[in-house]
Amino acid sequence: MLTKRIIPCLDVKNGRVVKGKNFTNLMDVDDPVSLASYYSDCGADELVFYDITASSEGRALFCDVLKNVASNVFIPLTVGGGINNLDDFDRVLKCGADKVSVNSGAISDPTLIEKAAKRYGNQCVVLSMDVKLTDNGYKVFSKGGRIQTDLDAVEWAKFAEKSGAGEIVVNSIDTDGVKQGFDLPMLNAICGVVNIPVVASGGAGSISDFVKLFKNTDVDAGLGASVFHFNQFSIKKLKNELKNNQIEVRL
Amino acid sequence: MIAIIDYGVGNLFSLTQSLQKIGAESVVTADPQVIGRADKLILPGVGAFGDAAQKLKDSGLDCVIKSEVAKGKPLLGICLGMQLLFERSFEYGEHEGLGLIKGEVLPLSGYVIGLKIPHMGWNSLEFVDSNPIFKGLRQGEYVYFVHSYFAKCGEGLSVTTDYGIKVTAAVRKGNVYGVQFHPEKSGTAGLEILKAFNELQADSL
Repeated sequence: MLTKRIIPCLDVKNGRVVKGKNFTNLMDVDDPVSLASYYSDCGADELVFYDITASSEGRALFCDVLKNVASNVFIPLTVGGGINNLDDFDRVLKCGADKVSVNSGAISDPTLIEKAAKRYGNQCVVLSMDVKLTDNGYKVFSKGGRIQTDLDAVEWAKFAEKSGAGEIVVNSIDTDGVKQGFDLPMLNAICGVVNIPVVASGGAGSISDFVKLFKNTDVDAGLGASVFHFNQFSIKKLKNELKNNQIEVRL
Repeated sequence: MIAIIDYGVGNLFSLTQSLQKIGAESVVTADPQVIGRADKLILPGVGAFGDAAQKLKDSGLDCVIKSEVAKGKPLLGICLGMQLLFERSFEYGEHEGLGLIKGEVLPLSGYVIGLKIPHMGWNSLEFVDSNPIFKGLRQGEYVYFVHSYFAKCGEGLSVTTDYGIKVTAAVRKGNVYGVQFHPEKSGTAGLEILKAFNELQADSL
């Protein structure tokens, strides 16, 4: 059976991971390789790295980080942040990324998904979208969730699949950071219209949030940031609990 | 020395790094002489079958691979590299493969009902026939898959995975090996498989 995936998300700035605070068992919590190895050993199914630097120096350091991680941690790596054209795809793929996630880059150039899928294969292209419920339904927001676009989230997801995206990461602005659970109605709206894997992001606060996510939606993976970084619970414990709830996971 | 055959498809960074991790010497090459000197071959691949098969043919590497395999040299095809070992594929038309193993490559979409495509993520292995590169792995071990087409084996099926149907996870015919999943992305289980391939001895051929 295909298992549900648990994916920690790491932000990288100037070559270092922007750290959580409770990693007492690690020598260097800022070091991307130590942290990535730690998550991999704990049972993370994939890792997502977001480049949150904007400068070219930061970008170069980010590529070094990626190379180091990809030389030591042998699970799938997705990279996002600042992906606006095929050159950006090329840059991170050469450093060991397996999948590349586009967000605002695909909003400003909707042909980017198709171009990238044709060149690198569908499996490589991930559409990441920030979504919020408005009076006009679920809308896509750009620039880190700050600017509302005219795009309807459900239509945007369909468009991404048709253009060749291999996976969609859906981040709910409404539940992000609130830690009261994933946005199940929104996720169901998206899962209902596409037949490619969907990754849920935004709202994870407890183990039971993940249980509810996998019991009540058709999503394939749950993304978490602070719950893992601040060691609120371990991935191992989370997966054991999912297993106890008859949800297939890799243990 | 393992020769990773470079025919212009796919990203070989993780594969070379994972071989380095297990202490295997490897070289990424399209040079028939280097391939001839290597004691094992890996055929990687990501992308579309037709395009990849054409590139193998245009570069003459298809003949190089076949002649090295005929000498008894172990060959491991990974993902699309495994699919290329078969006789033909029906991915966007009909394309001829290397024909080293009987069988054909078909779209999951025509056979798997109600499941998402691509088949992406960690799925468990079921061993149905002996295959030395899986030595030491337990039944049900998880590995990482990403694919939208699958191989229907006419021979050599050794490992399957369950995705609505029994999907070919690995094949073996003599010294020709193939895995549908990505060992270089499958954590310690994947590294074990690469290690076992690297350690294949002449007597297990």
